Amino acid sequence: MDIELEQRVNELVAKRLAEIEIEKAMQDAQRVKRLALVASKGSLDMAYPPLILASTAVSLGWEVGVFFTFYGLDIVNKYKLPKLQVAPIGNPAMPPPISAVPSLQVPNIVGMLPGMTPMATAMMKSWFHRANIPPLQDLIEVTREGGGKLYACTTTMGVMGVNAENLIEGVECRGAAAFLEFAASADVSLFI
Amino acid sequence: MSAQIQTEYDLFLDSKNLLCPMPIIKLAQAIKKINVGQTILTETTDPGSQYDIAAWARQTGNELLATETQGNVFRFLLRRTK
Repeated sequence: MDIELEQRVNELVAKRLAEIEIEKAMQDAQRVKRLALVASKGSLDMAYPPLILASTAVSLGWEVGVFFTFYGLDIVNKYKLPKLQVAPIGNPAMPPPISAVPSLQVPNIVGMLPGMTPMATAMMKSWFHRANIPPLQDLIEVTREGGGKLYACTTTMGVMGVNAENLIEGVECRGAAAFLEFAASADVSLFI
Repeated sequence: MSAQIQTEYDLFLDSKNLLCPMPIIKLAQAIKKINVGQTILTETTDPGSQYDIAAWARQTGNELLATETQGNVFRFLLRRTK
């Protein structure tokens, strides 16, 4: 009798557990996903990856939070954002080979010459323009309109002497703990 | 997915000559302009968009009804589901 009862209970428990697993999987599929990014670099080339991911994620219906820290803070600094640059010096991939003469590699030290950073910046902007890539401001706008949160690291603000009035509209000032709390339930978190 | 896309659709979105993330951003904006149950046809040329638009449909729950390739143009017929 006891053995029969035990078998029956085991069957019922197993059945219920399977049901719970299915319910959980269905809830997971319906749950809104969350992306947490740390944007730590302030050059023109490195401002794009976090903003492309953030604007795409809001387009997928995800919750998005981007924490702008160290040089990445420049991306949400209204005075610095239009002036982000890319420097060829120290970057062996810059300038890229000229497509007409792919074997010609410009020595990296040329990047040290005055005017090379503005030149590389103008060159990169022209590539983006030619490829119909929108300016950074547009990607920020898409992210913000999609409900994405832009967090400015308050430690960086203190270290770099940036105050809240220097930041673009809608940026919230937060510390690491507040960002970690947001990121703790993220499905995707990346440091860029 | 059927190979041939029917000619009837409620909205057309041209995302040709646009690279990631623009075909997805524009699609997410455009789908809000049609009603639930209506369809949108979008055309792209970015090879990545073949996978991106399918992923967008899975992530947002909208329905990818059909895809086809015409030369170097990718065409997607989608239905708004919510």
